[in-house]
Amino acid sequence: MSVRATVISQLEEIRQGSKKALLPLTDDLVLLDSGLDSLQIAILVTRLEDTLGFDPFTESDITIPPVTLGDFIGLYEHAAQSR
Amino acid sequence: MSTPPNHGRFLWEILSNKDCSSRFLWGSDGQVAIGDLLQGSCLGDRRQELTGRSVLLSTHDQLAAAVVLIELDGIASRIVICPPDITAEHFPALIEKSGADAVVSDYELPDHACRHGVLRIVAGTVSPAWFQPVEHRATEWVLLTSGTTSAPKMIVHNLASLIAPIGAGTNPGSDVVWGTFYDIRRYGGLQIFLRALLGNGSMVFCGASESPTDHLARLAGRGVTHLSGTPSHWRRALMSPEAQRISPPYIRLSGEIADQAILNTLHAFYPNAAISHAFASTEAGVAFEVKDGLAGFPASLLGRHGDVELKVIDDSLRIRSGRIASRYLDNPSRVLADEDGFVDTGDIVELCGDRYYFLGRGNGVINVGGLKVYPEEVEAVINRHPAVRMSMVRSRRNPITGSLVSADVLLKESEPDGAATIRIEILEICRQSLPPHKVPATVRYVSSLDVAAAGKLARPRA
Repeated sequence: MSVRATVISQLEEIRQGSKKALLPLTDDLVLLDSGLDSLQIAILVTRLEDTLGFDPFTESDITIPPVTLGDFIGLYEHAAQSR
Repeated sequence: MSTPPNHGRFLWEILSNKDCSSRFLWGSDGQVAIGDLLQGSCLGDRRQELTGRSVLLSTHDQLAAAVVLIELDGIASRIVICPPDITAEHFPALIEKSGADAVVSDYELPDHACRHGVLRIVAGTVSPAWFQPVEHRATEWVLLTSGTTSAPKMIVHNLASLIAPIGAGTNPGSDVVWGTFYDIRRYGGLQIFLRALLGNGSMVFCGASESPTDHLARLAGRGVTHLSGTPSHWRRALMSPEAQRISPPYIRLSGEIADQAILNTLHAFYPNAAISHAFASTEAGVAFEVKDGLAGFPASLLGRHGDVELKVIDDSLRIRSGRIASRYLDNPSRVLADEDGFVDTGDIVELCGDRYYFLGRGNGVINVGGLKVYPEEVEAVINRHPAVRMSMVRSRRNPITGSLVSADVLLKESEPDGAATIRIEILEICRQSLPPHKVPATVRYVSSLDVAAAGKLARPRA
């Protein structure tokens, strides 16, 4: 499975329990509007670390957090390429 | 002769000694001019009934809590401040333990919330009111925090201990606008609320169901100058497009370990802001602020004599000051400070060069985005599953919330059929019994768990 597909599938799994109306997962969707709160985004990062074997957030001392889903996926794709 | 900045024995008096003509408390659904509040009430004629009472304060809206706190400090004998996760089902036990004889809320309480004979008052909007002068008293402020069981710990402060960390003349400008990602019904947020009141500024409160993005948009609209939150709050804020619309000259972090990454990230995002991180706990109060942009704190803070004294015993940070709480209300025999008056914070520190760094909690407490989780409470829930022999809950580092809850589970059978189903069921039991931050983010099956000599689980330290 590609990095992108892994991120999307894990995100969908976590947001299934969300009570909010779920917006389609497009690259320009603001992550905080995706139906995940910050705790769920934290869980997503942990599950992705277990699945992909890395966590791009802890690999740099200055990480401006991603705003959109596209930014978020890009962070993982970039980290995967540079490994 | 000018009036000392914080002259007064209770909040109303302190505010009355200031020019409040252009000061506001802004909520998501309304605002209160502090000047109006000094000549009015959200409780109307019924405020007098609360004189000398022990009051449980429970509101949906932070602004309502703020107004009631200003009104009742000096009037009630005790205010038990319920954080937002305390709901009416907790009230009977809380009323029993705190001796509360009145409940003030901003909503109609369900009938079962309290027994007959407990006064119930619903706060409304602030309207002009005049009251007979009453004899003022030192009100006890009771804050609730998580305990090892689902019953919260009740920690007693008073206005003097709460405002002791706030220097006279701090932030005297009338154009100062405070905001916090914390809730003012917890210690960290309450500190910011009191700083706003004791200075000459105004404050923006987050609404009960307001999204982080909408909250940031309002903070931007009001021109926030002083903004505080935990490192996790700040990481979340920076994920919002609205984060670019604010430019607070003062940024404060507390409630969690501020690592170098979040300090660097905030400095890069807000290059003109003075960024400080404070160490505080509900029991010990604010101990110190670090302003040099570096994680940890200078070793030179130890051994000083002054308002706050620090020492490290068995790697755990201990604090003595006039800012510490006086006692636990729910369990007066529980030790808050040692015989020399030092509170053991349970925070494990390590000396590296001339600086101490925080490693985590000595008693295994997990800090999820500023909220405490006792492993024992989560383990008790997991162990209810009939297939579980025992479990150990521990902290797992996380770049968004600092830590997450992670569970190691030892099943009764080594490889049972339906292990995947059991994992789902364990998580379901946890979701039904625990707030979201206490539900394990990951459940891992293990083949053994170490038990120490005393028969307790061998927990990894910090």
